[in-house]
Amino acid sequence: MTTLGSAPMPLGAGAASSASAVRSPTLTSRHSALVRVTHWIITLCFFALLVSGVEILVSHPRFYWGETGNDLTIAWLKIPIPSSRDLVPTGYSNVLPDQNGWSRSLHFQAAWVVVLTGLLYAIFGFFTGHFRQNLAPGKGDLSWRNLSHEIAGHLRFKRLGDSEAWSYNALQRLAYLLVIFILFPLVIWTGLAMSPAFDSAFPATVTLLGGRQSARSIHFLVSLTLVVFLVMHIVMIYVAGFWSRTRAMITGRADRAMERT
Amino acid sequence: MTDLSRRKLILGGLAATAGVSGLGVAARIAEKHGLIPPDHGGIYGPGETLTYAAQRLLTRHSLAREFAPGQISKRPFANEIAPPSESFRQLQADGFVDWRVTIDGMIDRPTAFSLAQIKSYPRSSQITEVVCEEGWSYIAEWIGVRLSYVLGLVGVHPQARYVVYFSIDPNWWDSLDMAEAMHPQTFLSYGMNGNDIPVGTGGPLRMRVPRQLGYKSVKFITHLTVTDDLKKFGKGLGSVEPEAGYAWYAGI
Repeated sequence: MTTLGSAPMPLGAGAASSASAVRSPTLTSRHSALVRVTHWIITLCFFALLVSGVEILVSHPRFYWGETGNDLTIAWLKIPIPSSRDLVPTGYSNVLPDQNGWSRSLHFQAAWVVVLTGLLYAIFGFFTGHFRQNLAPGKGDLSWRNLSHEIAGHLRFKRLGDSEAWSYNALQRLAYLLVIFILFPLVIWTGLAMSPAFDSAFPATVTLLGGRQSARSIHFLVSLTLVVFLVMHIVMIYVAGFWSRTRAMITGRADRAMERT
Repeated sequence: MTDLSRRKLILGGLAATAGVSGLGVAARIAEKHGLIPPDHGGIYGPGETLTYAAQRLLTRHSLAREFAPGQISKRPFANEIAPPSESFRQLQADGFVDWRVTIDGMIDRPTAFSLAQIKSYPRSSQITEVVCEEGWSYIAEWIGVRLSYVLGLVGVHPQARYVVYFSIDPNWWDSLDMAEAMHPQTFLSYGMNGNDIPVGTGGPLRMRVPRQLGYKSVKFITHLTVTDDLKKFGKGLGSVEPEAGYAWYAGI
């Protein structure tokens, strides 16, 4: 049994380099309870945000830079799909049903849950050493030699060695850090920048991004990047052993015998 | 049952009780300070309530961003044609001289204003962005009288909590809390970019609420009611939007 915040770390997780992590010979806790709970809450919210975000996008599938943009101005991106509004010049004659009501409500409710859960995770991560031990790259991790070795291994879909089942390699660490500290903060920031009330209290939220429509465009691009991350994440889990990795994120347990399942 | 699990059970029970009563206290405090929106029910109620409460606390006095005259959109996008009713067309044909906006409810002096009267009151202007929930936007100069000025003229009762406003289109009405109604940028607006508001963008008279999404800036305003209870209007959710799944509070 693990308890919040005091979950035993995998053996060797605190070592200088993730590549040198010592293996655990038996069942042990791979992910702490708080990491597991927040992981699945955020997973659920991510799908809610994705579905509702796509529905909102459908009501105006055009993107602009700067402060303003509408059907009469130049779009840098027009997504070739029909719209749920009849005035949008999409090139399609059919108009999709309006789903923005529930989509917007679901989007913001899920955003609240993601932000609060993410804050809990971030506080936990800083104070328990989760970020330092499990996600910060080790000394040798960022060497060109190590990175090129790992990239080459990934490109050949090489199964990970046993040591790597117990801690993250440099590419994983960099990917997770990018998602946690860059993409999620950026998607929240650009989301808030689209709120006219929030902007009235904190105008720099939107002006620093170059305007409302730039904020909307960046929100879309970051969301797209997060979807790419999600696809890669699932592919990598599949390569590493889908059930063992999924089980580890649910029960916290993983053993070496399960690695090949 | 071991000591440990009994202790856990008791502690868990205490924590749950504290949590539930804490929520109850929080809800009562929030209600007292006007932080609960009329559409707080339903599965999305928690999200709507959190957004409304948080933004009310953060934005009670903040001003919507204003822009330079050079940033006014050359071609403002009008997403609505004139309401096709015969009565509107008749008023339009007469140059809206017979347009009236009536105000009643929790006020001292129920009044019917003509456009000329509205235009005789202190004129305010703002260059702000119209932001549609769909994602598009444009910047325009809006000219009008502050709603707070009109409310001052008719003498709003201190118990009043909301201003409900109605379009000539019978299916279009909305409401604002007093914080938004008394906000200096909330206008009864009759001018746009130096001229009368074109019918396509809400002329002859529209509400202008620049800190909320475009759908709160209802077009063709003919009637306002001051109230302390939104349950008496429509389905009691504060406006037509929640009846179609949209949020009553549209600061986001």
